[in-house]
Amino acid sequence: MKPRGSPGLWLILAGVLTVSLFPVVSDNAAMREVLFSVLLAITLASSLNIILGYTGYISFGHVVFFGLGGYVGLYLISAYGASLWVALPAAGAAGALLAFLLGKAILRLRGSFFALATIGVNEAMRALFNNLPRFGGSTGIALNFSVYEAYGGATRALWLAYGLMIALTLAILLISYRTKTSKFGLGLMAIREDEDAAEVLGVVTPTAKTWAYVLSAIMPAMAGVLYYFKNSSIEPNDAFQLSFSIELLVMVMLGGSGTVLGPVLGAAGYQLLRNSLLISPFFKNSQLVVSGVVLLLIILFIPVGAVGWLRRRFPRLRKTLI
Amino acid sequence: MQYVVDGLLIGCVYGLAAMGMTLIWGVMDVINMAHGVLIALGSFGMYLLFTNLGINPYLGVVLAGAGGLLLGIGIYRVAIRRVLDTSHLSTLLATFAVNMILVGLGTAAFSTNPRAVDVNLGSLTIGSVTVQTTRLVAALASILIAGALYLFLNRTSPGKFIRAITNNRNAAEIVGIHSQRMLALSFGLGCMLATLAGGLIATFFPFSILSGDTYQVKSFIIVVLGGLGNPLGALVGGLILGLLEGIVPAFLPISWVPVIEFVLFILILIVKPTGLFGGKE
Repeated sequence: MKPRGSPGLWLILAGVLTVSLFPVVSDNAAMREVLFSVLLAITLASSLNIILGYTGYISFGHVVFFGLGGYVGLYLISAYGASLWVALPAAGAAGALLAFLLGKAILRLRGSFFALATIGVNEAMRALFNNLPRFGGSTGIALNFSVYEAYGGATRALWLAYGLMIALTLAILLISYRTKTSKFGLGLMAIREDEDAAEVLGVVTPTAKTWAYVLSAIMPAMAGVLYYFKNSSIEPNDAFQLSFSIELLVMVMLGGSGTVLGPVLGAAGYQLLRNSLLISPFFKNSQLVVSGVVLLLIILFIPVGAVGWLRRRFPRLRKTLI
Repeated sequence: MQYVVDGLLIGCVYGLAAMGMTLIWGVMDVINMAHGVLIALGSFGMYLLFTNLGINPYLGVVLAGAGGLLLGIGIYRVAIRRVLDTSHLSTLLATFAVNMILVGLGTAAFSTNPRAVDVNLGSLTIGSVTVQTTRLVAALASILIAGALYLFLNRTSPGKFIRAITNNRNAAEIVGIHSQRMLALSFGLGCMLATLAGGLIATFFPFSILSGDTYQVKSFIIVVLGGLGNPLGALVGGLILGLLEGIVPAFLPISWVPVIEFVLFILILIVKPTGLFGGKE
């Protein structure tokens, strides 16, 4: 391991931090909301990238960790009056545990079977939470507004959630980079290229895959707590939305899977495109069609994503574009 | 008993929808994420022909199926052909992009409000069981179509070509089978089966442009139950699922049905990914 990261990593971290501090400096709540959604997308897409981009396993139901984290967090806060500082690690642990158990069970499946199984897991969780009265059944959990008082009122709580979101985003970017440049990450990429060959060369594939899956589950679960804490309520059909999982896949593809920078660019680009399409009166009704066409064009003509394309086009930038 | 019969009848139609998915999946290893919206489009095709032109609903189903065939071939040529030999992710996302486009267009054209076609053929009572004739007809039609598909795949030369490609595409090309044409045909057939199922479903259930999603997920489960690329297995899988949906509400609240379905789905994937009736790997 080199003692310090490459200049590419520092550029990404500095860029994300600078942009995310804009609303703090200008005290602009509307901008904060937009950037919260962008940071959330970056965190989730970068997490997905660990299992999808590095390891080559297509998780179609990655939102399951986000939803589960949100549920664990809100349940602890509303039923036991737990503070956010307890809820966050607890949700992260729950996400990790679910990923570990699932990893043992379904990571043996390859290709499209794994993708289908993740859809099944997501739908099973949604159906299950719809039926558990302890978690509010189909109406879910709503936070009482008084919980925000512990954080100095709702306004302060929202800023706190935003600050924590920035921290999560920076953390996942570091994790993503460390994974990519470590020996563990090399093993994952070997699995992506040829799992049987990787095994022959000494990568303990079941273990490596499981840990990659666990690593990709922790941050989404913690981000789920922040998002639903800010939202003050959670319900099963919203928390386990399959289409959100697929939007995450689109973000990773858009930016370039298997790179650190790709999910950042993809997530930011996708969210900003989506927001502007939703605002414009002409595209408001055709948002889905436009996104579909864009996605199709990317898959057909630039399957390596934006970062992959840049790397190919400008070989000199390869050191910086990681 | 009533529930069992209803479940079995609907199960046949589920099986028909899943047959389209399993055909495409088996032949070209593509999971068609646009399957659900094609089912919904089948419902709408029948509905529009019936309400606007007064065409007999069942003739409407057939016409919708023909439309599905053409649409499927078109989708294959535009979206699938280029990415067929790349990764699973590309084909999954390509069909999902098609799904987004079709859902978006469908929403713009029909909104997401539910519609229903009023087809009433009365009902039949045998002993203690009363069956709506529309469901009976739909089930029989599904079985008939399944039989026709079986004959097509086993007795006609395009069918044999498709099976040859399923087995080994390179070898099939070497012996002179025009594989692109056959792949397009099988994708079209898969979409045709989806639209046919959608049309039949619309004769007894209300539907919207989004209702296809439910059937798509059911198709996943059935395909896994029945074994990949096995049309008859899909019919049996459909029957099992229908039976499950008929029986479970007798013991548990109906909202538990999806939990049981998906747990079953995951268990089968883990234990026997080739399906209940699948052969050895």
